[in-house]
Amino acid sequence: MSRTELERSLRRQRDAGRKLLVPYVTGGLGPDWLLAAEAAAAAGADALEIGLPFSDPMIDGPVIQRASVAALASGATPAGILSAVSSVDLGIPVAVMTYYNIIARAGHKRMANLLAEAGVAGAIVPDLPVDEAEPWLAAAAAAGIETVLLAAPTTTDARLKEIVTRTRGFLYAVGLMGVTGERAELASTAADLAARCKEVTDVPVLVGVGISTPAQAAQVCAVADGVVVGSAVVHRLLDGEGPEGVSRLVGEFRTALDS
Amino acid sequence: MTAAFEVMREPAERGRFGDYGGRFVPESLVSACEELDRSFHKAWGDPHFRARLDSLLRYYGGRPTPVWECARLGDQLGIRLLLKREDLNHTGSHKLNNVIGQALLAEQMGKTRLVAETGAGQHGVATATAAALFGMECMVYMGAVDVERQELNVFRMRLLGAEVTAVESGSRTLKDAINEALRDWVATAATTHYCIGSVMGPHPYPFIVRELQRIVGEEARSQCREVLAGGDPDVVVCCVGGGSNAAGTFAGFVDTGARLVGVEAAGGAAMHNGVPGVVHGMRSMFLQDEDGQILEAESISAGLDYPGIGPEHAHLGKIGRAEYVDASDDEVLAAFRLLAETEGIIPALEPAHALAWVVREAGRSIPKGSAVLLTLSGRGDKDVALVMSRSARQPELDSEGRRP
Repeated sequence: MSRTELERSLRRQRDAGRKLLVPYVTGGLGPDWLLAAEAAAAAGADALEIGLPFSDPMIDGPVIQRASVAALASGATPAGILSAVSSVDLGIPVAVMTYYNIIARAGHKRMANLLAEAGVAGAIVPDLPVDEAEPWLAAAAAAGIETVLLAAPTTTDARLKEIVTRTRGFLYAVGLMGVTGERAELASTAADLAARCKEVTDVPVLVGVGISTPAQAAQVCAVADGVVVGSAVVHRLLDGEGPEGVSRLVGEFRTALDS
Repeated sequence: MTAAFEVMREPAERGRFGDYGGRFVPESLVSACEELDRSFHKAWGDPHFRARLDSLLRYYGGRPTPVWECARLGDQLGIRLLLKREDLNHTGSHKLNNVIGQALLAEQMGKTRLVAETGAGQHGVATATAAALFGMECMVYMGAVDVERQELNVFRMRLLGAEVTAVESGSRTLKDAINEALRDWVATAATTHYCIGSVMGPHPYPFIVRELQRIVGEEARSQCREVLAGGDPDVVVCCVGGGSNAAGTFAGFVDTGARLVGVEAAGGAAMHNGVPGVVHGMRSMFLQDEDGQILEAESISAGLDYPGIGPEHAHLGKIGRAEYVDASDDEVLAAFRLLAETEGIIPALEPAHALAWVVREAGRSIPKGSAVLLTLSGRGDKDVALVMSRSARQPELDSEGRRP
């Protein structure tokens, strides 16, 4: 597929008045993860996150942990997942979500080139904070890969300034202090952080972690430009609902964000 | 990145020991790490804090621990063998030095809860002990596999008032317990201190834990001078999982001429079989596959069952100031028995690795007559049942004490 610039594409949608929806699918999870990714794209996603699973996903909760273990147990590798991604045209930009050791092991330049060759537009590396990111950011930028940085509720104003300067694609606002996973209520930190981010940057601000329902997504998008929905999607796949289940869920989020 | 720094003093900018160390944590944990860094520097320079810590280690922990010269075993090996008796600490290992310091620090930071990871259970027991002493809540994460292997230590922790969570994720061992402790801390850092058990994790942990264990090396250095007529040992040897007893011991001898040796478990030899990687917040050496997936370590000693090593050790190895070797399970079991039989000291399986290397190398790379200091990091009570079950594979003695 042809590479779509993540940030340009998200800005265009956002500036047209649309709230942004970025579902996450763990690469290599079950036989039909790629069909699930296609289903999510067709159901109204604006970009997709594909996880390259890691053995020690320390910022992930039980759902993504289970998905990572299952994907790795069935032989998922970064190369295999990227090859599968490059074989389809999702029609929207793709960012990979992975841990830094997967990148460090491959080598910065090599991984950046692998991503670019697979048609991936962006990378999200949650255990690579801005102070440690420079070598990767340089290699990624050289290959045209946009690296999405994260901001947390405890991020100081000074750090936030640095983060919004360096982030590409969008700014990932971590909605709560905790690991990924579904929560019954939207954390109060989510909208607060989104508002802080919106004050200091024009880059699209997407809230992720703890966005479990279409209603929560709509609620936080009163402030934020969009949401990342991970565990809720993967949960459907682990429950065996397949691409149809993902399609239904993404459709519900889309409807909630559009209304 | 390669800014000059003194070996085994402050790490360089961003927590670097040469190429290793750093702070590779989710953004959500950055502020907690920064708070810890500030609080530790303040406390470490505060005479009142230091006096409280010294007093606790002395009257509660039982410091200073002695250095014992093994006359019989030394004769047998043709060397002078000195043991730094960290097994005589309260709770039975050097782990107490670290947890008392971190609990005191947690109290100063206004935290009311400690979380910890544990492998064999030694660090978990020590943390549960400190939590009881300081009146704090305590949650210990332990791999489900280790919970089964070490049920006595699980009961000890619960007796001490701690909650123990069996970690069912990943390989269900120490590395997964660390992941789970970090996950807890991300959500609870406002009230909780993560009391990490070794010289590992994100900056400033490797530095803090080494400083809290430095007392082992500093005591040993002056004690060795008494025994060795003012001289330093020729060899200083310690077992290494994450490497906290080794870091504390080496810190006391790094500026002497002593040969510094860290002994890893053969099945967890990150320095030999690992490659550089970034896991658990630090850049160091890790056992991993070609894609960067972390492999499980395997050893008879759960305390050394870690697929990585503290970043400062990776650095000391790289610059050649310390060397890292390994010992097999069989060598370790033999050394365990040897110390029991010749000196009346039952060591933990972890420091039995260090002794196994000494036994192998005495008269070879350790010349006859050398003075060797070995940190006996813990006592072996916790391992007796395991050694018994291993021994049971040999034929039982009959009723008259003969082997059939």
